[in-house]
Amino acid sequence: METIQTKVNEPVSDELALVNAAKKGDVTAFEELVRRYDRNVFRIANHITQNREDAEDVVQDAFLKAYSNLGQFQGQSKFYTWLVRIAVNEALMRLRRRRPERMVSLDEDVKTEDDSVPREVADWSPNPEQLYGQGELKDILTKTIQGLPASFRTVFVLRDVEGLSTEETAEALNLSIPAVKSRLLRARLQLRERLSKYFKQRSGDGKQ
Amino acid sequence: MTCSDFLKELTDYLDDTMDTRTKSELEEHLQWCHNCYVVCNTTKRTIEIYRNNELYELPNDLRTRLRSAIMSKCSASKKETTEHS
Repeated sequence: METIQTKVNEPVSDELALVNAAKKGDVTAFEELVRRYDRNVFRIANHITQNREDAEDVVQDAFLKAYSNLGQFQGQSKFYTWLVRIAVNEALMRLRRRRPERMVSLDEDVKTEDDSVPREVADWSPNPEQLYGQGELKDILTKTIQGLPASFRTVFVLRDVEGLSTEETAEALNLSIPAVKSRLLRARLQLRERLSKYFKQRSGDGKQ
Repeated sequence: MTCSDFLKELTDYLDDTMDTRTKSELEEHLQWCHNCYVVCNTTKRTIEIYRNNELYELPNDLRTRLRSAIMSKCSASKKETTEHS
């Protein structure tokens, strides 16, 4: 079976030059960095906070924080990984504020082992994405991922949607590599299980 | 290899980050275990579907508004730093 290749998501060649120029006060260079990553930060923030207004605030605050702390960026990691770390922290802060009754932590290893044991093993339709209209499909995907615990969906989004490597995800979330891998496996299996309800092959016996 | 062994290795298998020996053991298991084959295949498609369908797109008007808010605050903070130094 063919395996999944992680997408390469940005050209980094001139990135350090942009960061260095921005450090010296070149606002246009920083604007280019904003232009490069604002969509990614917006997506990540929405996935974590599940609230559009919060996500808009996260985009602004994360970039402003990055700008005022550029001096601390040493270039040991990619600028994007460093930015994601700032954005994730801002997003989690807002999520906690909005849901103070629930502990929201990335360290928390949610005990849902049972949820990760595959129960649904029916194969999917050959073209599951074509079973639904574009809007309906996005609603299904959004609802499904929103049902995951914050710590699982954040790892899945960074690793599988945004294409960060396992090491970069660990760095951005301040987690160990085994912790990232364990959350990723459980996130993937839980999403698969939940999506099976929508995408599994119909039996053709008239019951759908 | 048991199904539960297979499941533990699934992430590394899908990401193609494992040694060739373990990989061939997994592939052998996949040849006779239909359930693991389905789980593996549908997990792979789960990832692809989320990659292919971008959720939370940033609309152009909002994008422009956010960027200009960010840049005006950056310029203001730069000015402040310059004046104080």
